[in-house]
Amino acid sequence: MDFSIAGILALDGVTNGAVYALLALATVLLFTVTRVIFIPQGEFVAFGALTLASLQAGKVPGTVSFLVGLAVLAAAGDFVHGLRTKRSARSAVLHAVRILAFPVAVSLVAIWVAPRGYPLWVHALLTLALVTPFGSLIYRVAYESLADASVLVLLIVSVGVHFALTGLGLYFFGAEGFRNPPFWDERFTVGPLALSGQTIIVFVASNLLIVVLWLYFGRTIWGKALRATAVNRTGARLMGISSSVAGRLSFTMAAFVGALSGLLIGPTTTVFYDSGFLIGLKGFVAAVFAGLSSYPLALVGATLVGLLESFGSFWASAFKEVIVFASILPVLLWRSLRDPHGEEH
Amino acid sequence: MLKSAFTPKLLVAGAIALAATQASADVTIGVVMSMTGPASGLGIPIGNQIKLWPKKIGGENVKVILLDDATDPTKGVQNAKRLVTEDNVDVIAGSVATPVAIPIAGVAAESGTLQLALAPAVLPPGQDTWTFRLPQSTAVMAHAIVTHMKKQGVKTVGFLGYTDAYGEAWLNDFKAQSQAMDGPKIVAAERFARSDTSVTAQALKLVAANPDAMLIVASGSGAAMPHLAVVDRGFKGKIYQTHAAASRDLMRVGGKGVEGAYVVSGPAVVAEQLPASHPSKPVSQAFVDQYEAAYGKGNRNQFAAHAYDVVILLDKAIPIAIKKGKPGTKEFRAALRDAMEQIGRTVVSHGVIDYTKTDHWGFTNETGVILKVVNGDWKVE
Repeated sequence: MDFSIAGILALDGVTNGAVYALLALATVLLFTVTRVIFIPQGEFVAFGALTLASLQAGKVPGTVSFLVGLAVLAAAGDFVHGLRTKRSARSAVLHAVRILAFPVAVSLVAIWVAPRGYPLWVHALLTLALVTPFGSLIYRVAYESLADASVLVLLIVSVGVHFALTGLGLYFFGAEGFRNPPFWDERFTVGPLALSGQTIIVFVASNLLIVVLWLYFGRTIWGKALRATAVNRTGARLMGISSSVAGRLSFTMAAFVGALSGLLIGPTTTVFYDSGFLIGLKGFVAAVFAGLSSYPLALVGATLVGLLESFGSFWASAFKEVIVFASILPVLLWRSLRDPHGEEH
Repeated sequence: MLKSAFTPKLLVAGAIALAATQASADVTIGVVMSMTGPASGLGIPIGNQIKLWPKKIGGENVKVILLDDATDPTKGVQNAKRLVTEDNVDVIAGSVATPVAIPIAGVAAESGTLQLALAPAVLPPGQDTWTFRLPQSTAVMAHAIVTHMKKQGVKTVGFLGYTDAYGEAWLNDFKAQSQAMDGPKIVAAERFARSDTSVTAQALKLVAANPDAMLIVASGSGAAMPHLAVVDRGFKGKIYQTHAAASRDLMRVGGKGVEGAYVVSGPAVVAEQLPASHPSKPVSQAFVDQYEAAYGKGNRNQFAAHAYDVVILLDKAIPIAIKKGKPGTKEFRAALRDAMEQIGRTVVSHGVIDYTKTDHWGFTNETGVILKVVNGDWKVE
């Protein structure tokens, strides 16, 4: 191994790490606000990449019927819940319509746009708009009524949601893999390193998003509300912050981050309906580095995972996943020695 | 009035029909196929081809019973058991999914029924007495690649393959074939998983070893990613792909990056382009014509061709077996199995099969065809 090989490996690792970092941030965000360990985070990645691929092929993506189906389910659930809690019929219908409005509108736009061959960035924006509403809908359908359950129950629900989403992903997207065209097909040579335009976009997009998230949590009232919920749910509720709204908001953000990661990773690899799981799991490993609580540490963890993966593939490609996932053991040991505390529930 | 007049006649007709079926004793073929589930993409074209099967095979009337295994080994075994106990079938065909075909072999051996597996099911020695495979073994395909490499003057090979059984089988068979034929040496072997998002590191190491050619072992649309990674790292040599990558998904996903790739394949899907000297040419062409006349142009598919080949094999084996016993009896089933080993060199749409007592894979080295990707289409080398 000489300097140039190490450089290429490091670049590859840090690029993948940037995507893992986004997923790790979403995982940390969801856990702190809702206490949900969200295993299906990676599914949004696959959905994002596959939606863009379908749009590029001029087809209406499977996401459309999936989204409308999920929205109808969520609206129906909300309607029944509304009637049970003695809401007036009119208000219950209004609530249901409000849930349906955005997904249906976006789906209609997608059906209209799909065959018209618009440029890539229009498709990318549409993809984000299609995948992002999945977050709050999944929260409504699967988690909202269980918001006060223990972390373990929520984790089990997550496993269920993961299997449901993977199975439905196979149904709506099919078993074939897709690779998206790069957003920026340019190459730069810096010494021994060959930087592709896509690599630069990955860096810029993920760093930009991290800064935006930082500003959001520090400067906006909603960001502060989410932070308050993360610190103390009951306290936040006493201050008039609805924990349901906080949950939906954080799930929406997680879905957005997932879809964006899908757009970033789509041009560098072939994405299948089930590719998201392992990508999400690596984001989760990075989040565990951070004890599921600290954003900067999650970023460090994700970069480490990316580097470990890239150098691991070079030294012993057959054991790459073993190396990456076994690395969580010393981290867990270190965390439990440094910060011993019992389960709260 | 009218109704009562007809009833006795119908009853008599029914009784005659029943007696007729018992007397002639149709050969019953039980098919266990993945019509749903993850392998349905492979099973559905086979189902299509089965609809085109003739009414008579080897001079005997045949009855086909098709059951769906949902790509689930448990369901596959249940169906196979049902076929042998309730339907008393003479032969089981299926499944197309390897994990389902393997346990069915157990049912076949236990009940003494011939199994024609449409998947490359690897069984421990001695356990495939009743099982014969229709797809080519990796060894036969490796032979075709080694032959082509020798012709191209390739001396060293870099190997980039799946970490699973498919990658392992190729690594071992390629090494064995190459050694036997004094072919190229593997100078570097790297592995990756289907779900990997990057193989940059592996590609880097392989390109650094500077082999004459690269062998990539992956399947379907997943075969494009490692290929592009190797090209991206500036590899200028020849790149070979295996028969699991011999579908149009390689070009769909890989685009210009896979231009010039060599892919080994069975002959069935490229019937028109086969050289006149290839023994399978007329049979492959007949399959393609029949399938595309029924299901539309360009819909040919390697899995449907396996179902086509089942008929060719049975057409030769049934006349031999019928001399030893009536269909539906234990003697006939045993004779049918023995006949498979006696039919000798048989040209099918996927190559040339020659089953022997020790070799139930059957395909001879005439089988594999090397295709080259030229302008986003296949061209036979």
